[in-house]
Amino acid sequence: MPKTAKLMQGNEACTIGALAAGLEFYAGYPITPSTEIAELCSEELPKVGGKFIQMEDEIGSIAACIGASLTGKKAMTATSGPGFSLMQESIGYASLCEVPVVIINVQRMGPSTGMPTSLAQGDVMQARWGTHGDHPVIALAPGNVRECFDLTLRAFNLAETYRVPVIVLSDETIGHMREKVLLPDPSDVHPVKRAAPTSPAGYKPYEADQDGGVPLMAPFGEGYRWHVTGLFHNEMGRPTNSGEVADRLLRRLERKIEKNADALADYAVESIDDCEIAVISFGSSAMSGLSAVRRARREGVKAGMLRLKTIWPFPEAIVEKVASKAKKIIVPEMNLGQIVLEVERVVGCRVPVRRLGKVNGELFRPEEVFAAIMEAR
Amino acid sequence: MSDTLKYFRQDMLPHIWCPGCGHGTVTGALVRAIDRLGLSKNKVCIVSGIGCSSRAVGYLDFDTLHTAHGRALAFATGIKLARPELKVIVMTGDGDCTAIGGNHFIHAARRNIDITTIVMNNNIYGMTSGQYSPMTPKGMYGTTAPYGNLERSFDLCELAKAAGATYVGRSTSYHVPLLIDLICNALQNKGFSVVEAITQCPTYFGRKNKIGSPVDMLNWIKDGTINVKAAAALGPEKTKGKILIGEFHNEPESEYTADYDALIARVQRKYDQFQGGIYGCASNSD
Repeated sequence: MPKTAKLMQGNEACTIGALAAGLEFYAGYPITPSTEIAELCSEELPKVGGKFIQMEDEIGSIAACIGASLTGKKAMTATSGPGFSLMQESIGYASLCEVPVVIINVQRMGPSTGMPTSLAQGDVMQARWGTHGDHPVIALAPGNVRECFDLTLRAFNLAETYRVPVIVLSDETIGHMREKVLLPDPSDVHPVKRAAPTSPAGYKPYEADQDGGVPLMAPFGEGYRWHVTGLFHNEMGRPTNSGEVADRLLRRLERKIEKNADALADYAVESIDDCEIAVISFGSSAMSGLSAVRRARREGVKAGMLRLKTIWPFPEAIVEKVASKAKKIIVPEMNLGQIVLEVERVVGCRVPVRRLGKVNGELFRPEEVFAAIMEAR
Repeated sequence: MSDTLKYFRQDMLPHIWCPGCGHGTVTGALVRAIDRLGLSKNKVCIVSGIGCSSRAVGYLDFDTLHTAHGRALAFATGIKLARPELKVIVMTGDGDCTAIGGNHFIHAARRNIDITTIVMNNNIYGMTSGQYSPMTPKGMYGTTAPYGNLERSFDLCELAKAAGATYVGRSTSYHVPLLIDLICNALQNKGFSVVEAITQCPTYFGRKNKIGSPVDMLNWIKDGTINVKAAAALGPEKTKGKILIGEFHNEPESEYTADYDALIARVQRKYDQFQGGIYGCASNSD
């Protein structure tokens, strides 16, 4: 295939990334600013023998995806804030039952219907804690159109590897923005195949190393005849009221992600090594942040940029590293302070952290972040 | 006994249902229907939601999925669409299906997706200890209807038919041979099928409404129902207040997942130059 650059929208790149990852099933409900993903899936999936269904709501959408995933198919849904809220129940289900599923949340302004459909990044904490109870989750935040492809592909690979729901935390600007994109050569794309048992004999659906092991997952319809339940369950998948079994299960689930936090951490840095004022951001806000950092450098200010691509688990090590050098940290985000809470947690009192929140639905202008950098000097 | 026991996960028994509960009878009827039709255990997938009814799937030796409250049909839709060759059955209850799961129910019916839905209707939320449900008859009692239920109840079979189900029937935990027959017919219908099974809940519904022992409740069900064929002969005057049982609707129509497979074939013929590969949509969009 010739390497030709294409003008492409973020949502389109998410869909192509999903297809590259081996997407076979999409269930969704219309909601701006994510709908292009559903539209493109409805057109493309039948061509590759895949299935698209428009469900009656977002609750049904993620449920159908989990059902499809249990038959061995790679499944995805896409939504925005209000729909993401409705999906929380089954995100918890997928976490506890260890069913791979990818959820693209193209964030818009909330709470509630909000200001449809202006930009926001207000679902950072919902992506982590939206469903009840402790649970493992991975969330990735693309910062440009090409990354919509890359991180959606990675989301599938992580979902299949760790058997967790993976959230692609896009936003209205990233999703609707068009950029010139050069996609990787197909030979450089490596979809992960789900690890499956080889025989039903002696199959224990939830048998895994207590130190964050991932059990083998049998597809439904292949003679394994296993039981999946949202109740706490033992290694055989049978429901239990044993506090000891529940404790072991929940700790293993958390450990799956915690133990691999370094491998999961993904970010981009610029001018970090000697920086005195660090900007830490993600998604569309980071575009403005980077522009401001470059301008500051041109004007002789030692500014640097850390852009987080992995949001959850929070990439602590790189934030530690930045905090060990910078004198001040600025965190621009399109909310009233969410990712900054994690930055503050990691940085502690060592370095002053400035919260730069914006909630008027309009992306930061670079000069707004630039002004904050100059104030921090 | 030995014929049906092979369909159960015997390590999961005994079950958690109360003494005198009708849900085991309905579960037994399902297993007997599966046995009668000779369905392969490896190709049947049974899905449930939350409530007393939902516990049935844990005891059954198939691929089984115990989901969230009201969501069984949505999960089942994903399974069936992803793998149409599987026989997909949903076991649900009156609260699970008609209250929190009502939206999924009418839309699964509208699509005519090939799922057999067995609704165990005990007229009450049993698992949470006796609150009134959308199937609690007006005037009867529950722990949240201490002065009698003011709300009208659904006629689930009429609802299913109106929403587009292509097979609809009702039986009870008293009328077991009929129940098995209806489930067999439902399983053979290629489309969305609903069998409502009225069952007794002596612990909550029976106690709150002073109906008596499990046997009294079964007699209450027997006396309160009439077969749709007998009712037609007697006329409306003599059957007033009785709940109809039997087969109400059996009109096959084209089925959703089969239609989707036909759509795939049609689309793939149109795009017969399609080379596959990961950037298919980039090179094939029209």
